[in-house]
Amino acid sequence: MTRYALRSIALVYLLFLLVLPVGLICWTTFADGIGPVVDALTTPSALHAFAVTAQVAVLSVVANTLFGVGAALLLVRHSFPGKRVLNMLVDLPIAVSPVVVGLALILVYGRFAPFGGWLADRGIDVIFSLPGMVLATVFVSLPLVVRAVTPVLEEIGTEQEQAARTLGAGPWQTFRRITLPAVRWALAYGMVLALARSLGEYGAVAVVSGRIKDQTQTLTLFVEERFQNFDQQSAYAAAFAMAAIAILTLLVTTLLRPREDAR
Amino acid sequence: MIRVSNVSKNFGEFAALRDVSVDIPSGSLTALLGPSGGGKSTLLRIIAGLEDPDTGTVEIEGEDSTHLSPQHRGVGFVFQHYAAFKHMTVFGNVAFGLEIRKRPKAEITARVQELLELVHLEQFAHRYPAQLSGGQRQRMALARALAVEPKVLLLDEPFGALDAQVRKELRAWLRRLHDEVHVTTVFVTHDQEEAMEVADEIVVMAGGEVQQVGSPDDLYERPASDFVMGFLGPTTRVGGELVRPHDVELLSHPEAGTLPATVQRVVRLGFEVRVDLLVGGEPTWAQITREQARRLGTVPGDTVHLRAAAVAHRIAV
Amino acid sequence: MSPSRTDGPVAAADRPALVRDGRPAAPPAGSPERSRSPRSPRLRRRVGLGLGLGTATLYLSLVVLIPLAAVVWRSTEDGLAGFWAQVTTPESASALRLTIGASLLVALVNLVMGTLIAWVLVRDDFPGKRVVEVLIDLPFALPTIVAGLVLLALYGPSSPLGVDLAYARSGVVVALLFVTLPFVVRTVQPVLLELDRDMEEAAASLGAGRGTIFRRIILPSLLPAMLSGTALAFARSISEFGSTVLISGNIPFDTQVAAVSIFGQIESDNVTGAAAVSTVLLLVALLMLVAMDLLQRWGARRD
Repeated sequence: MTRYALRSIALVYLLFLLVLPVGLICWTTFADGIGPVVDALTTPSALHAFAVTAQVAVLSVVANTLFGVGAALLLVRHSFPGKRVLNMLVDLPIAVSPVVVGLALILVYGRFAPFGGWLADRGIDVIFSLPGMVLATVFVSLPLVVRAVTPVLEEIGTEQEQAARTLGAGPWQTFRRITLPAVRWALAYGMVLALARSLGEYGAVAVVSGRIKDQTQTLTLFVEERFQNFDQQSAYAAAFAMAAIAILTLLVTTLLRPREDAR
Repeated sequence: MIRVSNVSKNFGEFAALRDVSVDIPSGSLTALLGPSGGGKSTLLRIIAGLEDPDTGTVEIEGEDSTHLSPQHRGVGFVFQHYAAFKHMTVFGNVAFGLEIRKRPKAEITARVQELLELVHLEQFAHRYPAQLSGGQRQRMALARALAVEPKVLLLDEPFGALDAQVRKELRAWLRRLHDEVHVTTVFVTHDQEEAMEVADEIVVMAGGEVQQVGSPDDLYERPASDFVMGFLGPTTRVGGELVRPHDVELLSHPEAGTLPATVQRVVRLGFEVRVDLLVGGEPTWAQITREQARRLGTVPGDTVHLRAAAVAHRIAV
Repeated sequence: MSPSRTDGPVAAADRPALVRDGRPAAPPAGSPERSRSPRSPRLRRRVGLGLGLGTATLYLSLVVLIPLAAVVWRSTEDGLAGFWAQVTTPESASALRLTIGASLLVALVNLVMGTLIAWVLVRDDFPGKRVVEVLIDLPFALPTIVAGLVLLALYGPSSPLGVDLAYARSGVVVALLFVTLPFVVRTVQPVLLELDRDMEEAAASLGAGRGTIFRRIILPSLLPAMLSGTALAFARSISEFGSTVLISGNIPFDTQVAAVSIFGQIESDNVTGAAAVSTVLLLVALLMLVAMDLLQRWGARRD
């Protein structure tokens, strides 16, 4: 009896909070068939938003992958003073509001900040342009790769690496041929998470991009702008596209996780 | 040969090795034997370059290797838990060192084939380590270590993770392999039976120091200390001296140098008979043959007379 | 493999054939071409570690540390009194009050519902469980602005259910509940999976009823995970922006949350005010991180 009661409460909660809203958006998006959706997603503005989003996401995933693998190796394979601090700093971005991230970057890289001004004098605009959006996205998705790779690095231990060293492999060869293949699924998992987070970032990018239509407008900004301008069809279509990407991400990550366990 | 000179190593407060010097002759099969925490694994890892000594030097075949990374030492290392490259096949594992050395493909294939035959894994070349038993994985690890023709082969408790039956087989097999290959081999074990059975030479280590070096016979017959004597085999106490229990003579009548003892218990273990005794209130025991026991005809409560045999090695305690 | 074999090894030539103790030299080594550096490997490793650590620190500093420090610095531009004045302007104070109040409520609901959902996912079995299992993570994967839009569609002016929460504080709470859903579920679930059923059976054999077993056996084991999931949900609620933008209508003194208030102040060029409110959020975030670190240690100690 308790069991069915608990199950019902859980499922009803999820139904009203999760399933109905997301289902409704799909239904509303395709209320007039697939034609208007395609039209809405192929306007020059929408296509531009896709392109900007892809650019920002790919650049930040690459940056965070390089940093993530390096930082995970440092945290797991080495001991040094300040390790606990570094460990906590890596997690910090999870807890920081995206808007605060945006403000923080403006205060350092904005045209009127000392460092931002110095960069601007050299022709590098960070805020209201691509570099700032990449920085913001890197900030919010920073822990994801590190935290995906760290536990697997811990689990595989150092013996395989030591064996490779005694067989004549140098540090780089050992990393490329032993360590990297051993963590490849975890790394892929972390990268997918980081990619999803990067594609969907809204708050931080909203602040640093200046929200210039057809220039610094990402997909999330496009959704908001279209909605505020009463173009519901476009807003819903783009939202649906991103929801589809999110669900795809979930499926890929669930596929990647059991592989990890099977090893 | 491997010459370890004045090597010390501390892990924090713990002194794993204290000023250890030992020579291991070329072509020998040597066991580093001792209780856990005695420093034997640390010494092996220092020889391999997997740990840096705090002080002292390591010389391998005449070359000072103290500051050489494991990559350049030319040692083969076999880990207790195999350290198999899980994402590579058996072939890939064995070929790894040769690929690192950029040998021609044909040569690699031939060499790996030859090694897999040596370790009886030729059927398993395309399996992954996860598909092998523990014993097979360890043989693969051995083939992998031998593939690069190391100057020395180092094995860290190579059979420690295997069950008793497989362990016995692999011991005999390692002995035969060494007789074929003659590469200078050092293995770590805490099992005195394993060391006695396999090694030409045993280095007994405890408390971060070398206790004694010698052949299995030497160590068993002429242990330098009560510790070595106790570690290499059973001991018993006769009149303030440690002797082997099979070196205790039991007589029905007193003779010169015998001590009277009360029989507590007589336990027959197949061929061997174990007699528990009290000598002046102190418990001790003797190991005699069934024939001797029959002639003595003793039962609990009897008084017998014991002494250490003339040939016995004794250590005063 | 025999001592006489000399094919392959590169380094054999430059090493004298060694005969010591009357024994033949060992087989030539197969060590690869070496580039010997006069420095010890230990020193080289130190240098490598230093380089890696330097790069990681530089990256973290440029992306995270310096910008966040700039926020704190800017918030105290006019001293602590100025900071306090900015935080306590009617608008900021109202936004912070709403944010903290709503987040506390959301954290509490999550504590209960998250644990309940985790329980159902681990201990119950029903058709479609695997789908639910995957769906739980949807709020993590869905862009926050899309989450807001999605909720507005169901709980907005044109709600097919006839429930209009738009521009109301209850709308804000629903949005926060949506984005924080996975936190408690995902921290409690693994602990519940690992939980030893023997303990419960032992308790039952000692005469404990189901209520007692839950209260005395299960709950204490789950508590660290439950609390750390709740702390995560609270931290996330405090800082949430995207999902509340559309549904709240951003009415100052009513539905405007702290993050939206910061955004507004940036837009209207009150950077110092924005920095002050941001600093409050940062402090709360830091507090939550420390709390989670402590909870983790507490949980690990009892393992």
